Amino acid sequence: MFPSTADLYRVLPELVWCVFGILLMLLQPFTRNRHFLSAVAAGGALLGTFASYVAAENAGSGFFNLVQIDAFSQFFHLLVGGVAFLVILTAGPYLHRERLEFAEFYALLLFATAGMGVLASAQELITAFIGLEMSSISSYILAGYRRDALKSSESAMKYFLLGSFATAFFLYGIALVYGATGTTNLSKMGSLNESSTLLELGLALILIGLGFKVAAAPFQIWTPDVYEGAPTPVTALFSAGPKAAAFALLLRIFATVPAATHFWFWAFWILAALTMFLGNLGALVQTNVKRLLAYSSIAHAGYILVAFAAVTFMKNDLKEGAGAAYAAVLFYLLSYALVKIGAFTIVSQLGGAGEKHLSLDDYAGLAQRQPFVAAALSLYLLSLLGLPVTAGFFGKFYIFKAAVNSHLIWLAVLMAVNSIIGAYYYLRLIVVMYMRDPSAEAAAEAPARFPLTVNLVLFITCVGTVLFGLFPNSVLNFILQPTLFGH
Amino acid sequence: MPLGGHLLTILIFFPAAGALALLLLRADDHKWIRGFAFGISLVEFVLSLGLLWQAPVGTAGYQREEFARWIGNPPINYHLGVDGISLFLVILTTFLTAISILASWKNIEHRVKEFFVMLLMLEVGVVGVFLSLDLFLFFLFWEVMLIPMAFLIGIWGHERRIYAAVKFVLFTMAGSILMLVGILWLYNVTDTFDLPAIQGILQHGGVPGLTPGVEMLLFLSFFVAFAIKVPLFPLHTWLPDAHVEAPTAGSVMLAGVLLKMGTYGMMRFCLPLFPEASKRAAPYVATLAIIGIIYGALVSMVQPNLKKLVAYSSVSHLGFVVLGIFAFHNISMQGAVYQMLAHGVSTGALFLLVGMLHDRRHTFEIAEYGGLSTPMPHFAAFFLFVALSSMGLPMLNGFVGEYLILLGTYQAHWQWASWAALGVILSACYLLWSYQRVFFGDITHEKNRTLPDASARERWILGTMAVVILWMGISSAFITHRTADASQIIIDRVQPPGPAEAATPLQHAPRAATTHAATTRAPSAKEISLERLGSR
Repeated sequence: MFPSTADLYRVLPELVWCVFGILLMLLQPFTRNRHFLSAVAAGGALLGTFASYVAAENAGSGFFNLVQIDAFSQFFHLLVGGVAFLVILTAGPYLHRERLEFAEFYALLLFATAGMGVLASAQELITAFIGLEMSSISSYILAGYRRDALKSSESAMKYFLLGSFATAFFLYGIALVYGATGTTNLSKMGSLNESSTLLELGLALILIGLGFKVAAAPFQIWTPDVYEGAPTPVTALFSAGPKAAAFALLLRIFATVPAATHFWFWAFWILAALTMFLGNLGALVQTNVKRLLAYSSIAHAGYILVAFAAVTFMKNDLKEGAGAAYAAVLFYLLSYALVKIGAFTIVSQLGGAGEKHLSLDDYAGLAQRQPFVAAALSLYLLSLLGLPVTAGFFGKFYIFKAAVNSHLIWLAVLMAVNSIIGAYYYLRLIVVMYMRDPSAEAAAEAPARFPLTVNLVLFITCVGTVLFGLFPNSVLNFILQPTLFGH
Repeated sequence: MPLGGHLLTILIFFPAAGALALLLLRADDHKWIRGFAFGISLVEFVLSLGLLWQAPVGTAGYQREEFARWIGNPPINYHLGVDGISLFLVILTTFLTAISILASWKNIEHRVKEFFVMLLMLEVGVVGVFLSLDLFLFFLFWEVMLIPMAFLIGIWGHERRIYAAVKFVLFTMAGSILMLVGILWLYNVTDTFDLPAIQGILQHGGVPGLTPGVEMLLFLSFFVAFAIKVPLFPLHTWLPDAHVEAPTAGSVMLAGVLLKMGTYGMMRFCLPLFPEASKRAAPYVATLAIIGIIYGALVSMVQPNLKKLVAYSSVSHLGFVVLGIFAFHNISMQGAVYQMLAHGVSTGALFLLVGMLHDRRHTFEIAEYGGLSTPMPHFAAFFLFVALSSMGLPMLNGFVGEYLILLGTYQAHWQWASWAALGVILSACYLLWSYQRVFFGDITHEKNRTLPDASARERWILGTMAVVILWMGISSAFITHRTADASQIIIDRVQPPGPAEAATPLQHAPRAATTHAATTRAPSAKEISLERLGSR
């Protein structure tokens, strides 16, 4: 039995990404031209991203309800595709500097992206599992891509061990859910009304598995080490792509399964509070920029979970309110991805050969040596901090709004407290860049010239951050359409 | 007049455009950069004077409103407007920015371009705060202004500048994020961010979900943010650090305008939006304000550091403003507005003077000076003039504000006024005493013997300030005429005029002419204030 053409269109983005991934692997024996390979990879990533428009024209459920194409999945396809494109642009110069193979890297990246795409449109838990594995296994390899570096291998090992543990939880959760409901299909589960302990247990295990992927406390232990050891462009990918995809699946599960609302409110409440505090307090004492950004990404997962708590709360009484909470999550993920990719791109460039310059001290006086880079990094940090005229501000604003809407005043206050803690360490980096003088040896060195593609990444992320910080309308109107989940 | 309709927008964004243009100049051409920045600020000042014609005397409510849709969901609008209170604060801001630029002519030597860019961006934020009529827009400008100020302190400040800058940002953010939660909660209750709309909704009462307890929490979420900014005792600890470490221009802007954002916020938001909660909180707020007045003055008295002395005197003076606001009396309210302006000019001038001393000797320690009136007589004269205005000598600006505040407060709560009056005496003590130690006596340090007197540029700056101080002291009616209606509206919100009140005129503010029938009305607040000032 062959799938219909419409079904193929529905998974066109994933197909494009996979085809280009395979193409790159086949090209590797024939060409060593890095520009050519990078161009093919970037072109493939973009093509797949735009293919999501084709998919969106064939909205609906495909492959006998295995995937669901709607505005929600399109948003995440655009997001992870864009992330892949930007990561490819920043990875090219990095791979060249570190003398690493190009084709494999790009192929793995595209496979991981395809996996995230599957996660975003999965309407079936087993399909979601396949997507999760596709993205995870590629990610494990990517984390250890600097084979010669001890830290990179450590990163891959930790990520693999803990990651497969989490996947096992996820799978076990699916089994329990199946046992309770007799189906693994989300839309069928959506029509069931009764809730049982078995179902709740299964959902809890799924939550643990995905909680690991999004680095929610107390499943966040791996994050700093993996983020630190992985090649920096890969870290950029980790912090933006897989996280967004895992949140997408989590959102879809908890948006469709009715049993997944009632008592999850407190689970998300506690998870959010814990994640925010662990992330922010951990970041306070970091002196390594990569680790600092890793802890900050834990904290931001906490902020997003605040919106989840609002979602689960809202779903009980009114649907319209929940829409605003979904919008908060989606907008936040977008603003966050832009900023994190930009920031890690700068970190990967300033790190120098072998990623040696990663401590805060290496950033001293950056504003005098490279004013534009310092300005861009400050913009990202201010966006993470949530100051106005950046996308991060609106992201945080919408989450606050969702929380207050759901009468989660105390969670909102906790988030406010965390924002202040966060302000301290983001400011610390800005202070180091602007208010301290460069060390003697750094001042003697000629400032590193950034390659064209890297500048392009910085340009896109900066413009995006400011643009969505001033006019979030276009994105919001897309997210807030009533047929977000295709109903 | 195609552009006249957008005067407020131009006022907000003209400095931003100027800052952008400034970025294009060559970084090492300091002369051009300074001249250009000063030109921008001067044009901005002249533009802001245009507001005086736009909001003529006797027009209550917001003038020159501008409205544009910005974000559809939630409905956030670009809504600007000016009334009698914000009018003068905007003019004060543009005036002090120009003065600050002039004051930074010589003492900013490195990263000159960035300095003036930051100063102009600061102006954008502050003017935006004063002109916004949308809570979201207000919050946006409130936050935007943080970054330039932090940079001004952190890059061009003195030894402990980084500590001071970070402390400043963290304190302010702590308040403002809670305010954001409050704004959103208010939105949840009223479904709008538009200030006049919210006011209308709350005024009619009967809003579901707005119990007295909730109103109190909302009031606090706003009030704490403003109280940190003012700063009200015991939230003032960031202020001395920020002031002492900031460069002169930073201190002038901080004391002159940024602190006023806090008291302005109380007038604009706390009182009109949450009148009941304000009333309940008033005794506590007044107590804190009085503690601030006396505490600030006492700490000033024992300061060995001249700049810290001026900083603590701000705590004391701003305590008067808060007291005047929470006395809920028209005269004290007008006094508070007046004191905000007067303090902006006087304390701004004091910081300029202290900065000029620092330019010469690179120290703020009072013990390092002494006998300065011999080598620099003109400078000493200016200093005395400004110090007298700050302590409230009649004929000068400080007197009008303090007098009106005490007058109004006395009529509402005589106990509060009697305590606060102590602050007036104490301010004379610390200012005169420090003046004596710096300028009189023998010259104890050889270096001081050859200090140059005020230069031509400094004389221009100080002369301008002195003229403004004198003008504000003499023709105070020019300002009180325009602020009377705006402050009356705020008072009416807290204490709605009713029949019960007419019977007890002693207890409450006499109403303005518009609110009462002409036949039986008591003399209006405006008349009273003018009468008493005139017979001085």
